Amino acid sequence: MVWRKPGLAVFAIIFGGGAMAEIAGEEKKSGSGFMSRETQAMQADDTSNPGMFSVLDGERLWREPVGPAMKSCASCHGDAEVSMRGAAARHPAFDETSGKAIDLAGRIKLCRRDKQTAEPFPRGSEELLALTTYVGTQSRGMPVAPPVDERLTPSRENGKRLFEARIGQLDLSCASCHDDNWDKRLGGSPITQAHPTGYPIYRLEWQSVGSLQRRMRNCMVGVRAEPYEFGSQEFIDLEAYLNTRASGLAVETPGVRP
Amino acid sequence: MTARALINAPKTARKGDIIEIRAMIAHKMETGYRQGPNGQMIPRDIINRFVCTYGGAEIFSADLFPAVSANPFIAFSTVATESGTITFAWTGDDGQTQTATAEIAVN
Amino acid sequence: MSGPTSIRLARRDLIFGAGAGLVVLTLPRAVLARPTLDDAIRGFTGGKALNDGRVKLDIPPLLENGNAVGVTIDVESPMTAEDHVRRIALFNEKNPQADIAIFHLGPRSGRARVSSRIRLATSQTVVAIAELTDGSFWSSRASVIVTLAACIEDLS
Repeated sequence: MVWRKPGLAVFAIIFGGGAMAEIAGEEKKSGSGFMSRETQAMQADDTSNPGMFSVLDGERLWREPVGPAMKSCASCHGDAEVSMRGAAARHPAFDETSGKAIDLAGRIKLCRRDKQTAEPFPRGSEELLALTTYVGTQSRGMPVAPPVDERLTPSRENGKRLFEARIGQLDLSCASCHDDNWDKRLGGSPITQAHPTGYPIYRLEWQSVGSLQRRMRNCMVGVRAEPYEFGSQEFIDLEAYLNTRASGLAVETPGVRP
Repeated sequence: MTARALINAPKTARKGDIIEIRAMIAHKMETGYRQGPNGQMIPRDIINRFVCTYGGAEIFSADLFPAVSANPFIAFSTVATESGTITFAWTGDDGQTQTATAEIAVN
Repeated sequence: MSGPTSIRLARRDLIFGAGAGLVVLTLPRAVLARPTLDDAIRGFTGGKALNDGRVKLDIPPLLENGNAVGVTIDVESPMTAEDHVRRIALFNEKNPQADIAIFHLGPRSGRARVSSRIRLATSQTVVAIAELTDGSFWSSRASVIVTLAACIEDLS
């Protein structure tokens, strides 16, 4: 069926004036707070949230021995419900080896390559999404807690710069919508505050689970910009900044979003 | 074939209670009306039939079409009659059937 | 009688098995003109009259996304062996195909209430029809508005 329609006309909304910039404490809310009651209910019940299939796939992968040493994630980390609690809330974090910020999916890729000595799952693969969702859901309900780590400052600053930079043929920045106009609508859709609380999410539009980077690529296509590559430093930096913006909001993984 | 499915059914019930059962299976429900990136139509591939049996008897079924969402979700009711197994079976366009079960204790 | 039963299961209680990949075995389909909503309904009722009432169709009037629209159909019926709802059908006005789903119920259902999630390609009318044991058909219809998602993927 023709589910997909050109969505660009909706950008004809005029973004003028009203520079609200930073979102104040009590006004700060997760994307789920902008959703319909029905979509909220779909997320809230584990037997009705299709993102749970990804969690269950991830749980299986967590225990699956791989590589020459036949090591699973569980071989080192044991019970994810204990060892991975809070991990998603703390990412992106600083990676000592590369000397750069790393996001949760990147951490899982590295662990698989270096510790399990197995072929890493590519970004966007169902397997990496499943493991990231499984690890992510262990932080469900915990506040987003960006690490106090000065080594992350350059990444966060670059993320902020990218968030505020106008891009694409529509000449809009992330901030044009998500800082300055989050209380308005873009066509029929509420503009949210861009807090990445539920990732990986089950997006109704995708009819599948996807990453924050995939979601940001959708936004970039929306403003007619060339999207960054999956796993690029730009996206990691944006994630690092977004997590400081979302600090204190509860992790909802697996979130459901329209 | 064992289904990747999420079942929500009470583990216990009193005889005569009307219980709600919810069943969701992982399936893309490809409509056959969608174009892929190469402009080719993506072939239809859906779950077209769902059957629930309780104590061996069919208590509910459904014929599904492409307008049912990805990861088909169905909620329905039944009367708790006896302790036993509730079986869920989903059949796809390829003729393959995937199943899941839930146990219920009725007193 | 209990109310709607809703038991939250612990994650490890959920039924889950490794899914073997499903084989795709379908032929390309010719794009044919779909029957009208009325034609589709006639196909289900065999041309019998549709009565208003008894059927409650619960569907949000304004949808965030047409890919997963929650619907609940409730039919007034004692659901006894002699007097129950046999089938509940859902049809749409403007998808490429008029059929959505047909649910088969019986006296063991206890209650004539079914929920599902459906796809609606655009703003349109959705109709629920119940067939009773006496051969009568009852219906309810609803108009829904589907809004377009913002910031979607570029498939080109």
